[in-house]
Amino acid sequence: MSEDNAPAKRAGGRKIELDPRLAAYQGVWVFVEHERGEAHTVSWELMGEGRKLADKLGVSLSGVVMGAPGPETRQFCQEAFRYGADRCYLMEDPVLADYRNQPFTKGLTDLVNAYQPEILLLGASTLGRDLAGSVATTLQTGLTADCTELNIDPENRSLAASRPTFGGSLLCTILTLNYRPQMATVRPRVMPMAGYDASRSGPIIEHPLNLVETDIVTKVLNYIPDSRQDKPQLPFADIIVSGGRGLKTPENFQLVWDLAKVLGAEVGASRPVVQAGWVELERQVGQSGKTVRPKLYIAAGISGAVQHRVGMEGSDVIIAINNDPNAPIFDFATYGIVGNALQVLPALTEAFRQHLAVAQKAG
Amino acid sequence: MHIVVCIKQVPDSSQIRVHPVTNTIMRQGVPAIVNPYDLFALEEALRLKDVYGAHVTVLCMGPPQAEAALRKAISFGADDAVLVTDRAFAGSDTLATSFALASTIAQINKNMAIDLVFCGKQTIDGDTAQVGPGIAKRLDLQLLTYVSQVETVDTERRDIIVQRRAEGGVQVLKTRLPCLITMLEGTNEMRFATQAGIFRAARHPVKIWDKTAAGIEDPAKIGLKGSPTVVSKVFAPKPKTIKAELITCESDTPKDLAVTLIAKLLTQNPNLETAIGKGAR
Repeated sequence: MSEDNAPAKRAGGRKIELDPRLAAYQGVWVFVEHERGEAHTVSWELMGEGRKLADKLGVSLSGVVMGAPGPETRQFCQEAFRYGADRCYLMEDPVLADYRNQPFTKGLTDLVNAYQPEILLLGASTLGRDLAGSVATTLQTGLTADCTELNIDPENRSLAASRPTFGGSLLCTILTLNYRPQMATVRPRVMPMAGYDASRSGPIIEHPLNLVETDIVTKVLNYIPDSRQDKPQLPFADIIVSGGRGLKTPENFQLVWDLAKVLGAEVGASRPVVQAGWVELERQVGQSGKTVRPKLYIAAGISGAVQHRVGMEGSDVIIAINNDPNAPIFDFATYGIVGNALQVLPALTEAFRQHLAVAQKAG
Repeated sequence: MHIVVCIKQVPDSSQIRVHPVTNTIMRQGVPAIVNPYDLFALEEALRLKDVYGAHVTVLCMGPPQAEAALRKAISFGADDAVLVTDRAFAGSDTLATSFALASTIAQINKNMAIDLVFCGKQTIDGDTAQVGPGIAKRLDLQLLTYVSQVETVDTERRDIIVQRRAEGGVQVLKTRLPCLITMLEGTNEMRFATQAGIFRAARHPVKIWDKTAAGIEDPAKIGLKGSPTVVSKVFAPKPKTIKAELITCESDTPKDLAVTLIAKLLTQNPNLETAIGKGAR
């Protein structure tokens, strides 16, 4: 049976045969986000994921770099090649020095219209979410936010973007049918970093923005950088100890801090505990908080709802302590202790303390 | 100054449960609340009203019962409320929703010119953060997302200065009115409804608009038809084939369990030996 008279496949009760005009859209793009001379690591995490999607489709993977003219901006193209891009689209203009919605939206929209990618991925950072929403609306296409899994639907070569739904109780897979490009954002640390190959290189395609500063309505008056020390750094911590509702009172949360102190770990928490005000918002792990990938994640009194799970299941080793043997967290933890976290936490703190004392003597 | 605040009525997601056997959502008895993120937007609008004087219109798209969310907003101090509700909106994704809301805001603007539109950062049920930027784009308003503070509004010079949360810092931005702001959470604290506010909320007429009243002429732009994305399936995360190795020992005292766990952990994952205690303070 030829392509032309194949029966229309349906998903969600709708035709999903691609409009021939949209078949011209090819290739996977990753928006390379950078601010203050540093690329956001989410871009390289996306590059690894984009590589897989491009290989499944048999198309090329491109990085999109926008910024002020100069070697610093160009350097991000080289980085993109090393993380797996086949080519880069580069837009340099003085008005792109600081992120502002208007010029970046115009620039990225122009690039998409000129070179027509079928998939466009951005990090779900404050910048990426600001930009993605505006670009998708301008292009009148579909955008799926905060995906935790990206795949290619084998039947129709569509991007199958999965994300938590219903407050994080379930997952759903979203398709963008007769619209291109298919856009998705992914939160930092959800995907592993792409491999780095210093020998890789590729062609750079330059495209002008055609805006001048007087065209741009919003002006940046000042930029106040965060001081790094006073904020918890969960996304890149090696070890995280997290507490949940099973700890029963805010006072008991001290047991989490105690263990974290001995391990040199960061402290995390589940959403109910943050909403109850036991710990600050920056420590929330999960779909509506931080996504983390530590070497060791210890979850005490956390049941493991999807909301939390998607924020930490990328951890290398997960230890779960919960008094309910049927808690979902035991379905994906590495080790489990069924028991009262209020008793197990101090026991663990003491046992680790002793282990470290012995190891120190031995060392 | 005329400020429109977009709010959404959402199920209280902390009370949603999934049926353990069928993996379906159990909606019964889940209370509907005003999306908590929207309250920061509403409070900021009310704060500007206190400082500069303003007429605050709250706007909600949703089923008829979402009127309750608008009455709640009136009790806090909003002056006017519009509920845009129509069966034709069913199945709208963020693109279709931003179209419907933008069209409604354009209608509101015809009666009284709008200076500012406020939205919450995102909703707790959709979590997309896409509708605010979508509305701004459709109405050709300057977009200021993740705003932590509105510093000044000058209705004479028609400009506004805000602080915006960016990656790794705060941008101080100046732009032209009218513009659309999405408000960061935790930036203010919602006031309590006054006795007078509660009385007013009970009496005040909420304008109920259907798609025609909202100025929507093209039905292909709303509902399922106007939505590029479709949900192809909803599923529970697949359990890993290997479940957690449960630590047990003869005595099962917390102390013995802890020692057994650590021995196993460090034997099976020797690389952790260097990680633990590394950053200890």
